[in-house]
Amino acid sequence: MSWLEKILPSIGKNAKKNIPEGLWSKCPECSRVLYQEELERLSYVCPKCDHHLIISARRRLKNFLDVEHQFEIAPNIQSVDPLKFKDQKKYKDRYIDAQKKTKEKDALIVKKGLLKGMPIVAAAFDFNFMGGSMGSVVGEKFVRAADSAIENSNPLVCFSASGGARMQEGLFSLMQMSKTSLAVKLMADKKIPFISVLTDPTMGGVSASLAMLGDIQIAEPKARIGFAGARVVEQTVNEKLPEGFQRSEFLLEKGAIDMIVHRSELRNKIFQILSALNYK
Amino acid sequence: MNLNYLDFEQPIAELEDKIEALESVKDDADIAKEMDSLKLKSELLTKKIFASLSDWQISQLARHPQRLYTLDYIENIFDEFTELHGDRTFSNDHSLIGGIAKIDEFNFMFIGQQKGRSTKEKIFHNFGMTRPEGYRKALRLMKLAEKFSLPIISFIDTPGAYPGIGAEERGQSEAIARNLFEMSTLKTPIIATVIGEGGSGGALAIGLSDTTMMFAYSIYSVISPEGCASILYKDASKANIAAESLKMTSKHLKKNKLIDKIIPEPLGGIHRDPEKSCNFLKKALIRELKSLQGVSIEELLRERHKKLLGFGRFSE
Repeated sequence: MSWLEKILPSIGKNAKKNIPEGLWSKCPECSRVLYQEELERLSYVCPKCDHHLIISARRRLKNFLDVEHQFEIAPNIQSVDPLKFKDQKKYKDRYIDAQKKTKEKDALIVKKGLLKGMPIVAAAFDFNFMGGSMGSVVGEKFVRAADSAIENSNPLVCFSASGGARMQEGLFSLMQMSKTSLAVKLMADKKIPFISVLTDPTMGGVSASLAMLGDIQIAEPKARIGFAGARVVEQTVNEKLPEGFQRSEFLLEKGAIDMIVHRSELRNKIFQILSALNYK
Repeated sequence: MNLNYLDFEQPIAELEDKIEALESVKDDADIAKEMDSLKLKSELLTKKIFASLSDWQISQLARHPQRLYTLDYIENIFDEFTELHGDRTFSNDHSLIGGIAKIDEFNFMFIGQQKGRSTKEKIFHNFGMTRPEGYRKALRLMKLAEKFSLPIISFIDTPGAYPGIGAEERGQSEAIARNLFEMSTLKTPIIATVIGEGGSGGALAIGLSDTTMMFAYSIYSVISPEGCASILYKDASKANIAAESLKMTSKHLKKNKLIDKIIPEPLGGIHRDPEKSCNFLKKALIRELKSLQGVSIEELLRERHKKLLGFGRFSE
């Protein structure tokens, strides 16, 4: 058997059998083929172009916190569909689909844990759950995160990734902006550090509330961050948007954020900042 | 089609046209009688139509071009008004009017969004779409109110925060978020009233309050019906359908405890009887100013926090 024949079975006719669907994907930026195992090892950053792909909230927190002593806060809160909302599809059905797809209850995961031994509370939005949209559940879980941070005098780190307020819960969703902003204010009054990490994308009602209220504002490279969606802005002003509009680098230049940090460096950098703020 | 009337009001318009035609010959006793009967018919018809308005029809009334705007109320209700301008950083936003005001014996800080009626006014006031500097002006005035123990009255009337390049560059999100952050513990009463259109975060940024009131035919929503329709139906013309799903009228919101009080409107809506509408609003404002007057700051904030933290429905 030649070397070619030895390799061929695995990349030839049996390839499909050996690499089941979902084991690889393509980088949306440079189209490089990315293998699942490689992606997980690299925290979903493309090894070729450094593009930061969307990462699930659970994996994000698992990687960010120390492996041991992770404890999830309020894992069972669920939406009750207060408006019985229906468009072409019922919200209830969309919700169940999202739960099946992500294996999460809603779009925010909150955990207590350690960061290099430092007790902290960490929250992460799951963009794959209805675009990380904020409804009653996300608002309530964020408040619980803040409560826990205040109660134990721990810092709170929140990774946002959201299209904004969840329109299927109508004004209940809009009011989560007030609710979460109050939660941040109550932390501030108790001098609890709040670090907001803006990841791709952070828009609308989430951007215009908790995500923009960090004591320290960190963004991942090239994340889309803003209030109105780029398409809406383009249609409103009827002109071409400036280069890099609403990207992290643009926000840094405009003075909206403190720094841009590579995903692989977030643990170190946030630990360093919190230590400098005299949190042990 | 009579342009002073909305599509669903056309049967009323036809009657009103007939009444107007008879106006010139009303000296004749028979014609006067006929006119009275037509007037009664028109009133009954209006009552009937307005008794069962759809949410989409209410949205149309909320955005009616002849509806009263913030400046109309300032002129007709306030006894005194000294306008204060600018955010001290960038510019003065004309979509948001602010200043020290007085009604009867009550002094207060006022902030309110202005849409504008003529084309020229609309452009000057940016159609009531506030930019970051508008929200920052509002915050500056609210802080001033806190300092001098003045209650705050805000009027909401906006399609939404302005989605422009400059607005994004100057931190639209941050400006809205900062207002919510500060207002959540501001040590003075805040009374917000939706007088027409309460468009999403752009409305909420001056809407976080101890008491939120809405005129009966106004709307307050997380997204415009058009925006919702274009996302969920990929078709903005399905706004009428989206309007029903969003539950954004005063009645629904009161039932869901998302607002506190509804201010009635005259038969046919605010624009049919501006004077009566002004009286309704004035009465409601005085009532709220009085009821919040004696409340200690501790109790005020305790109640405000209870209210804000209570927003949302979920199971656990």
